[in-house]
Amino acid sequence: MDNQKQTSSLPVSFIDRLWDFFASVRLSVVLLLSLAATSIIGTVIPQNAAESTYVRKFGPDLYSVLDSLSVFNMYQSWWFRLLLCLLIVNLVVCSVRRLRATWKVIFPKKTNYNPDRFRKAADRINWEIKDTPPESVKKICENYMNRRYRHLKTMQEDSAYWIFGERGRWTRLGVYGVHLSVILLVLGGLIGSLLGFEGMMNVPEGQARQTFSLRHSDKSMKLEFAIRCDEFTVSHYPSGRPKEYRSDIAIIENDQVVKEHRLRVNEPLRYQGINIFQSSYGQTAASSFTVVFTETESGMRFEKNAVMGEPVSMPAGRGKLVVEDFSSNFAFRGHNVGPAFLARLEPTSGESRPVLLPANYPNFDRMRGGDFAISVENVEYSYYTGLQITRDPGVPLVYVGFALMILGCYVTFFMFQKKICIEIRAQNNGTGISVSGISGQKRPGLKADVRRLAQKLQKLTKQRTDL
Amino acid sequence: MPKSETILTIVTFIYGLAVIFYMISWIFKKELPGKLATGSMIAGAAGNTAGFLLRWVESHQMGYGYVPLSNLYESLVFFALSVSLIYLFVEFRYKMRSIGAFASIVPFLVMAYASLPSVESSIQPLIPALQSNWLIAHVITCFLGYAAFAIACGISIMYLIHSASGDTEKGPVSRFPNPETMDELTHQMITFGFLLLSIGIITGAIWADQAWGRYWGWDPKETWSLVTWLVYATLLHARLMRGWTGKRIAVLSCIGFAAVLFTYFGVNYLPGLHSYQ
Ligand code: HEM
Repeated sequence: MDNQKQTSSLPVSFIDRLWDFFASVRLSVVLLLSLAATSIIGTVIPQNAAESTYVRKFGPDLYSVLDSLSVFNMYQSWWFRLLLCLLIVNLVVCSVRRLRATWKVIFPKKTNYNPDRFRKAADRINWEIKDTPPESVKKICENYMNRRYRHLKTMQEDSAYWIFGERGRWTRLGVYGVHLSVILLVLGGLIGSLLGFEGMMNVPEGQARQTFSLRHSDKSMKLEFAIRCDEFTVSHYPSGRPKEYRSDIAIIENDQVVKEHRLRVNEPLRYQGINIFQSSYGQTAASSFTVVFTETESGMRFEKNAVMGEPVSMPAGRGKLVVEDFSSNFAFRGHNVGPAFLARLEPTSGESRPVLLPANYPNFDRMRGGDFAISVENVEYSYYTGLQITRDPGVPLVYVGFALMILGCYVTFFMFQKKICIEIRAQNNGTGISVSGISGQKRPGLKADVRRLAQKLQKLTKQRTDL
Repeated sequence: MPKSETILTIVTFIYGLAVIFYMISWIFKKELPGKLATGSMIAGAAGNTAGFLLRWVESHQMGYGYVPLSNLYESLVFFALSVSLIYLFVEFRYKMRSIGAFASIVPFLVMAYASLPSVESSIQPLIPALQSNWLIAHVITCFLGYAAFAIACGISIMYLIHSASGDTEKGPVSRFPNPETMDELTHQMITFGFLLLSIGIITGAIWADQAWGRYWGWDPKETWSLVTWLVYATLLHARLMRGWTGKRIAVLSCIGFAAVLFTYFGVNYLPGLHSYQ
């Protein structure tokens, strides 16, 4: 900082310094590396797991410290968001500050055409054309340049000509595009995580649902419309691998079907800003079935019709049985016993206890050793489809950011501003030409471009002399 | 065993030969081994391409019909192919072979790893989530990017060897390209890799948005690809804004490639979902 600034009043210099700080690449490098480092934490410590998992792993004290630092939900934590916001500030300040200078490069008040600057260019290419006057060579070159370069200007001094051409000034904007894309991505992400949601909805075949449970929370939410599952199918390859999951669904508003869609993985439905994805599936049992009580001593069977959640009275007034739940793949001591009902046995005397009734193992309940062994028969299964329900108002911004990022990176890395000078002068009854180029951006591609231009001009002027 | 796998096993040996010839030509400065090296590299790349295409055909013959880019084995095959093609491009463009001694090791090791019995190589039909064109674009661009980073890392290692050795006028080190060329090449490989990695992450995000309803889920693989991207973005800023070149860029380029390797292989040892299984 120069002396004059230091002697100026304090607030101004403080603001200047703050401005410098926020515009600096040093800050961006620190931010980029901090983001990289903190992101890694989230891959080493699984995020959003159950509290008990963490307590077991870290102990209750360390758990509460880490939890207060949002380490278990770090990508949504205030400090991670702060880093992202600093990134945006950094980019905005840097761009605002730089844009004026860039503007002058793109729209200069006057362009400086100075042959001397080109004479010093390292990759100057010279050659000679016999028996052709400079004027006609000039015409050919001008013609060629006209179509390919902008900001063209020809200068003359005696029998020497200089043709200046320039193109790609606008490519200086590429890096602003990249930085803007980063801003859009971060903003889109923040909007999505603040205003969006993500949840799961299980819809049994033939039924409609309107509420779904939110992810990472025990809350549920209600949609403006209902989703009905008309049919769910899963198909398999001969090897048993799944080939396709498909749900034919209908959107229902005010008891009217307003849309039908065949939902597949990778073919979601987007409706009123809500995205509906095929995510999982499962089996459910129809709500009525038969419960069989077999007396252990006599082997006598008593069959009773049962409905999920309603009590069935046991034979001989022994009590009641309530079938409470169903699981399509129940794991009993680590073994998958397939579809199973969970019931509660309420004997007239004694305490109530849970019983497990796997549909495929009718003798399972004998293990319990009660007077009656219980089993379930005549079970009808139906599928339910597991839908992922999301809303993310940040997505359009993010997609624009994606496009801009690719475009901007391409322009920044592979295109550049270049100025070309073709010098034409009379020489040994013919014409001498030199082609050279300069670029403010010191790009290796310039050399190749100059060489290509020289070759092209050699060919054109040769054709002309051959005629 | 399908024919493509036989071809790819042979390709592994050809790449091995290429490594040996490149080494001999570099250390002993001989012309003939150099030509043999280039020849075997071309043969390896051709065989690699043939193996890739044949596997595609075979998947159709088996009735599944998919672009073979869907499991670890297939990604390794494509990675080796990308590295050898980009390397050959550099060799012909800049007419220098000494980089081959370092670059050719990558496709050889990658194919050798793919041939291990623990890497499942049978042709399996695609599960629903993998049936997506975005996935194909995602894998192709990511691996082309990784390949460019691999070569950048190879050249960076050469640069570091060069600047660490006292006498660069004699011996094998004298046959390295000059430091400015190596620095420039590293930079070009990294800009190309960065563009492709960016496209790769973006197409992956679009695929995730189609398949799971979220373009970004912070799963370990996604996060590590972002970390890799951030490392290379840092490198680019250090170079373009702070004027870093040479040794410091070479070190950053090696760190970047370490992040690539972790994204590719290391992530599977972390808790998460996104692994090739
Ligand atoms: C991810 C967040 C990023 C941040 C925070 C960031 C930040 C910055 C800052 C503060 C500058 C200095 C601005 C100036 O004084 O002109 C800069 C320059 C630059 N950035 Fe970034 N950047 C980011 C991403 C990128 C990416 C992804 C690229 C890749 C193409 C990139 C390419 C550049 C280039 C080429 C310059 C130099 C501009 C010039 O030469 O005028 N930046 N960046």
